[in-house]
Amino acid sequence: MRGCVRLSRLIALGLALALAGATVSAGPAPARVVSINLCTDQLAMMLAAPGQLVSVSKLAADPHSSAMAREARAYKANHGRAEEVYLLDPDLVLAGAYTDPATVGILRRVGLRVVQFDTVKSLDDTRALITKMARVLGHEEAGAALIAEFDVRLTRLRAGETTHSAAIYHPNGYSLGNGTLADDILRAAGFSNVARELGLRGGGTVPLERLVMAAPDLLIRGTPLPGASRSEAVMTHPALAALTADTAGLRITSPDWICGTPHVLDAVETLVTARGGLR
Amino acid sequence: MKPLALCLSALATALFLASLSVGPAHIGALDGLSALILGGDGPEPLVMREIRLPRALLGVMIGASLGISGAALQGYLRNPLAEPGLIGVSGSAALGAVLAIHTGLAAVTTLALPVAALAGAGSGVLLILLLAGPRGGSITLILAGIAISALAAALTSLVLNLSPNPYAASEIVFWMMGSLADRSMTHVWLAAPLMLAGGVALLTLGRGLDALTLGEDAAEAMGLRLARLRLTLVLGTAAMVGAAVAVAGAIGFVGLVVPHLLRPLVGARPSRLLWASGLGGAAMVLAADIAVRLVLPERDLKLGVLTAIVGAPLFLHLIYKTRGGQT
Repeated sequence: MRGCVRLSRLIALGLALALAGATVSAGPAPARVVSINLCTDQLAMMLAAPGQLVSVSKLAADPHSSAMAREARAYKANHGRAEEVYLLDPDLVLAGAYTDPATVGILRRVGLRVVQFDTVKSLDDTRALITKMARVLGHEEAGAALIAEFDVRLTRLRAGETTHSAAIYHPNGYSLGNGTLADDILRAAGFSNVARELGLRGGGTVPLERLVMAAPDLLIRGTPLPGASRSEAVMTHPALAALTADTAGLRITSPDWICGTPHVLDAVETLVTARGGLR
Repeated sequence: MKPLALCLSALATALFLASLSVGPAHIGALDGLSALILGGDGPEPLVMREIRLPRALLGVMIGASLGISGAALQGYLRNPLAEPGLIGVSGSAALGAVLAIHTGLAAVTTLALPVAALAGAGSGVLLILLLAGPRGGSITLILAGIAISALAAALTSLVLNLSPNPYAASEIVFWMMGSLADRSMTHVWLAAPLMLAGGVALLTLGRGLDALTLGEDAAEAMGLRLARLRLTLVLGTAAMVGAAVAVAGAIGFVGLVVPHLLRPLVGARPSRLLWASGLGGAAMVLAADIAVRLVLPERDLKLGVLTAIVGAPLFLHLIYKTRGGQT
C-alpha cells in the first residue's frame, strides 16, 4: 500500500515536472485574465478557456470599434483604470503596447503580471500575435489551429495580381499608407493603395485635392458615427460626391480593419467581393 | 481716397488669385484658372471649382465681414480695442453654431446653423454694449469681453465634450481658432446672404459713426438717432460675424489689425474706414489662408493661430498706449 502511494506521488511529481517543462515560459495557465485593450480583448475571447477571461474593455462591446461586440457582452466590461482592474483580482492583465504607461506601471507595482501586445503592421504580424496570446493563456494548440485556419483562408482569398486602385478616407481626411495593416489588407485583395502611392507612411492625412486628382477606382469610407462633427463633414463634400459618382464608393464598418485578429480576413473578403463588382 | 481703394482692391484680387493657385494638388496657376473658367475633362475642374474656389471666396467674405464689423464696433464704441473676437462676439457665435450642430437642428434645416450663430453673436454684442456702456471705457470693455469669451468658450467645449461623436471634442480648436480647410460651395451659399445683409446694414452707418466722433450730444443735435444706429450695429455685426463663424470658426484679431493699419490712411474717418477695412480684412484672411497652406500643408494649421501671431503684439501695443489715458 505504502509503496503504491509513493509510486503515485512520484508519477504525479513527474507529470507536474513534465507539464512545467512544456510551459516553462508561461508558468501555470492563468485562471483570472483581464484584458484592457480592444485588440487583446478580441484575441483573448477567441483563445481563452471558458471562465478564464474575466473582463474585457468597454470598447470591445462597441460595434463601431469591435468586430466581436456581440461576444463581448458576455464579459464584464472594464474602463482600463488601474483601480478597477486591481479589484477584479486578476493573475494576468493583457494590455496593448500603447496602453497608458502610467496604468501599466501602477499595475506592475502592485504585483500584477501585465503582458503587452504590439500593434500589427501587416497580415503576417497577426500570426505572431495569435501565437503569443495562445502561449500566455496556456492554449497553444488552440492558437496553432487558429493560425492554420487563418493561413488556409488567406491563401484562398489572396489575389494574384493588382488590378485596381483604392483609397481609404476617414474623417478629417485621415488615411493609411505604407507599413500599415490596412495597406496590407488592400494589397492582399488586389488593390494598389493610393495613399501609399502619394507617399504616405503610416497613418496621416491625405488632402482632398490630391485624392480627387488620384481618382481611385474604389473609395473606402467609414460608416457615419452617431452625433454630428465637422471632421466627418468632409465625407459629404461635393468634390467627394462627384468622385464617387465616377468611381465605386464603399461604406464599410471599420472594426475588421483595426486589430490583428483573424477578422482582418473579413476585411479582405469584403474587398475581394467589391473588386468583383468593379470593371 | 481713390488710390487707396484701388490699391486695396488690387491687393485683394492678387491674393484671391494666389489663393486659387495654392494647394496640395500640383496644378499650374494658368492651367488651374483655365480649368476653373472653361472646365474640361479630368479632375482639375473638380478641384478648382469644388475645393479651391469656395475656399478663396470664403476667405474674401469672412475677411471682409470681420474687417467691417471691427471698424463699425470701434467707430461706435470709439475704442480701438473693440474687435469681434476679443470682446466675445465670435465666441458667442461659435457657441450658437455648435449648439445648432450638436442638437441636430442644423441637420433638420440648413439655415439653422447660420441663424443660430447669428443669435449667438447678437447676444454677445448686446451683452458687450450693456456691460461696456455707450462710451465703452477700455478696461470695462476688455474685462467684459474676457468674461463673455471665457463663458462662451467653456460652454462650447462642454457641448462638444458631451457629444456622442468621438471626433467632436477634437474640434474645440477649430471653433476657437478657425480654418477654411475642406469647405465647399454649400458653405459659401450658407454664409453669403447673411453677410451681404449685414454688410449693407453696417455700410449705411458711415455717416452716423462720423457724427458720433464729435460726441453723442453733438451727434444727436445733428439729427442722429442713436437708438436706431445701435440696433443696426448689433444686427449688422451679428449677421456678419455669425455667418463667418458658422462656416469657418472664430478667427481673431482681423477686426483689430486691419482698422488699426488703415485708420491713418483714411484720415481717421469711420465712414471711410468701414469699406477700407472690408477690403483690407479680405486681403488679410486670404494671406493667412495662403500661409497656412504653404507653412504646414499637411497639418491644417488654424487661421486664428496666424492672425493672433500678427494681432496679439499689436493688441499689447494698443493696451500700452491707451494705458496713459485711463489712469
